[in-house]
Amino acid sequence: MTDNGALLEVRNLVKHFHVGGGLFGGAPGVVRAVDGVSFAIRRGETLGLVGESGCGKTTTGRCILQLERPTSGEIVFDGQDLTKLDDAGLRRFRRRMQVIFQDPYSSLNPRMTIGQILAEPLVVHGLAPDRAAREARVGELLRHVGLLPQHAHRYPHELSGGQRQRVGIARALAMEPALIVCDEPVSALDVSIQAQIVNLLEDLQGQFGLTYLFVAHDLSVVRHISDRVAVMYLGKIVEIAGRQALYEDPLHPYTRALLSAVPIPDPDVEARREHVVLGGEVPSPLNPPAGCVFHPRCPIAVDRCRSEVPALREVKPGHWAACLLA
Amino acid sequence: MATLLEVRSLTTEFVTRGGVVRAVDGVSWDVAEGETVALVGESGCGKSVSALSVMRLVAAPAGRIVGGQVFFKGRDLLALSEEEMRRVRGREIAMVFQEPMTSLNPVLTIGRQLTEGLEIHLGMTRGDARQRAAEVLATVGIPDAARRLSQYPHQFSGGMRQRIMIAAALACNPALILADEPTTALDVTIQAQILELMRDLSRRFGVAMLIITHNLGVVARYADRVNVMYAGRIVERGSARDLYRRPRHPYTLGLLRSVPRLDEPRRARLQPIEGQPPDLTRLGAGCAFAPRCTFRVERCRVERPVLAPADGEGHVTACWEAARLARAPALA
Repeated sequence: MTDNGALLEVRNLVKHFHVGGGLFGGAPGVVRAVDGVSFAIRRGETLGLVGESGCGKTTTGRCILQLERPTSGEIVFDGQDLTKLDDAGLRRFRRRMQVIFQDPYSSLNPRMTIGQILAEPLVVHGLAPDRAAREARVGELLRHVGLLPQHAHRYPHELSGGQRQRVGIARALAMEPALIVCDEPVSALDVSIQAQIVNLLEDLQGQFGLTYLFVAHDLSVVRHISDRVAVMYLGKIVEIAGRQALYEDPLHPYTRALLSAVPIPDPDVEARREHVVLGGEVPSPLNPPAGCVFHPRCPIAVDRCRSEVPALREVKPGHWAACLLA
Repeated sequence: MATLLEVRSLTTEFVTRGGVVRAVDGVSWDVAEGETVALVGESGCGKSVSALSVMRLVAAPAGRIVGGQVFFKGRDLLALSEEEMRRVRGREIAMVFQEPMTSLNPVLTIGRQLTEGLEIHLGMTRGDARQRAAEVLATVGIPDAARRLSQYPHQFSGGMRQRIMIAAALACNPALILADEPTTALDVTIQAQILELMRDLSRRFGVAMLIITHNLGVVARYADRVNVMYAGRIVERGSARDLYRRPRHPYTLGLLRSVPRLDEPRRARLQPIEGQPPDLTRLGAGCAFAPRCTFRVERCRVERPVLAPADGEGHVTACWEAARLARAPALA
């Protein structure tokens, strides 16, 4: 999947965590949180990364940001493999990759004003030479995210959830990043506020040419904001395609089940709709099933799925799926 | 069908540092036998406090029910002694919460937690209670139920724990289950399993259900009737169909418009409700939604609208401009 317009390329990313074996740890084991993930994101593009809890989507984001060092694989950002760099070498790149978290409250220091929170990274990275420049930049950042200059004097607890998420976004913007990893940025917000934040993210993308990795579990929001979408299950990408292809012509049975599980806010539609309710639960990544990791829950699995690991292959142009039957 | 629960002019207040907050402000709603009713709204609208007030579980001394009645099978629960109320909780009205791990005791086996209520409420012997516990666990789809009774909550997954909570709620054959965001903490595929299970059980055993949620999709699929809450009040009520087809309150309309729908073509831009949710310590005299409302007129700032009939049986809305809203273009 090499693409010359790619800002980010993830190649065979693997992240294993060793658990247990300690004083109270029980039997030692290896959690295969991310197990051979590859994808690319073009400049200015939004890639949605969806999946259920424990599928490895957040760990993938953290590996890209180098908040976790991958077990193996390459993270090529703007032509440079980040996994080959030491801390000093990474510093130069960290600024250009920012993150927006799910819960802005726990990522904002409660004892600092919004102005101080936004000015701090400017000082650390030497992006504003003096106090006047910093204040001007803070005011500009607040305006970009739809807040007022007077919000600079407030504390995080004085803001609503939506306003706090706007501060989180402003802090990411302060670094003039190229890539922003948005990790469930709207899932903690009220329904009426989610749409405000989604619109803001889209506006900022247009204004600053940002590239997004949008990690989320809400399939409706992901469809709205993404150009392409990757679906993860148990540490692997099971399907990746353009937005329209993935939602209108899903090839992997897990993607189909996910889409079917989302209730539509319309009683008439729901009354007519047939649901594929998946049995069972996501198996433990400590001991993933042999063959296709999805086979124990798959409604169409055949014998071969129990032993053969399906490769992610291009079933239709630009539409990749990891299913033997696709 | 006969009315099972009738909440009348319920008012619950909390003392906070910012002043007294009326979390539930003179709210009336009801649930008929065997019916599934939804209470919908965003965080802080008073939907959870409404359910806790029915159970008389509002945390004192900060929180207090200051007015109203809660008639259950004809008796006012707010007038019962604490002793009498204990016989209602779990026995006649059960509750299921969002996060099962915080409502299950981590140091007791699942069996002990399920049999406790049966022994206390129904006077069962330990042996009978254990048998009944295994039976309800099997009913909610936990395989190998008899053996799993001796396991602890941490040995179950999130979805399984929520099944256990539902089993605990069902154990004493209650007439009503109050489910507060029962699937919000769960993954979509597990959420679908749990909701289908709840609907199936409600039909099989004729249990009435109050579902408290912010998810409009869940409401559309599972509720017969819907109450929409905003800032401590019900702003619209009706059958699920009327409410989604012909919303007559600008807040309901705004909520429906703000969510992207998988069954419709992608829109170029989402339509949010602008502004922020209100600060309950500083509500003015007018409609609490007015500052965010696109239909607002002068009257909305000074006079609070009351629930009045809209088109559709039992459909009511608290909006001065409901007639104008009815003429507005339907949901695009």
